[in-house]
Amino acid sequence: MNTLRQELKEKIIEQLNLEDYSVSDIEDNDALFGDGLGLDSIDALELIVMLDKDYGIQLTDPKEGKEVFKSIEVLADYIAKHRTK
Amino acid sequence: MNSEFKIQSYCHIKSGEFFYNDKLLFKSDAESFSGIMKAAYTNFEIEYPKFFKMDKLSKLAFLGAEILLTKVNPSQPKISDTAVILSNTASSLSTDRVFQESISDSENYYPSPSVFVYTLPNICIGEICIKHQLHSENSFYIFDHFNPNQLWVHSQNLLKTNKAKRVLCGWVDVDGDNYEAFLYLVSEHGTLTHSTKTIKRLYSPQ
Repeated sequence: MNTLRQELKEKIIEQLNLEDYSVSDIEDNDALFGDGLGLDSIDALELIVMLDKDYGIQLTDPKEGKEVFKSIEVLADYIAKHRTK
Repeated sequence: MNSEFKIQSYCHIKSGEFFYNDKLLFKSDAESFSGIMKAAYTNFEIEYPKFFKMDKLSKLAFLGAEILLTKVNPSQPKISDTAVILSNTASSLSTDRVFQESISDSENYYPSPSVFVYTLPNICIGEICIKHQLHSENSFYIFDHFNPNQLWVHSQNLLKTNKAKRVLCGWVDVDGDNYEAFLYLVSEHGTLTHSTKTIKRLYSPQ
């Protein structure tokens, strides 16, 4: 699970162009949106694409997305349970 | 409102050099476009992480606006009643190509939302307006060449009809490795007469 969390942090920094962040700046339970990393709605769409492309998970319910993208910890748990690749 | 408007200030960004009123503010020796933009962002001590999510055209326009609206003269009043009229010849082609490439493989079809949102040239105006809280009119023209006359006509009209107190005008163009920004502010303040002749001279001083 730690490997997956590390991998997610690296992907988020690279794919969302978070130039001011390094992996060590992101805590597992930091909020991804709002006061945490400050991601926006376009970032949310990019994360949905990433889940589909890299882990074979298709999120279709917006309410589910809100919960899944709460933090790295929650996202990694969700991926571990639902990934198809 | 006074019908004799002035060019308050202007900036030129080209070949890694950033000029303000013909004075060289910063020069970057970085080879890539993104390296040059990042070096300028650092040099001008800008703190706006969204910058790194922008496409090339928006980064270029954003830096030009930063120079004119904030960085060189931080004490100048913030005027939300500022219109923005920009123009270029390549539209958003640079980003359009990136997006086209990303969707060309039907077996690996994952369009990127963060690239797609920049596949219009006027998005760069939105980035400037969000950062500087500008709430007036805005337009983005696609011309064959730099067209000072149209910029003059439009900005004069906005100022004379009190649609704006100030206009940020100019040319911001990116196509492949080629890029250029020439932006200027028109208002009641300044020493340079706002005319197509002056705009032409400032754009091409030689």
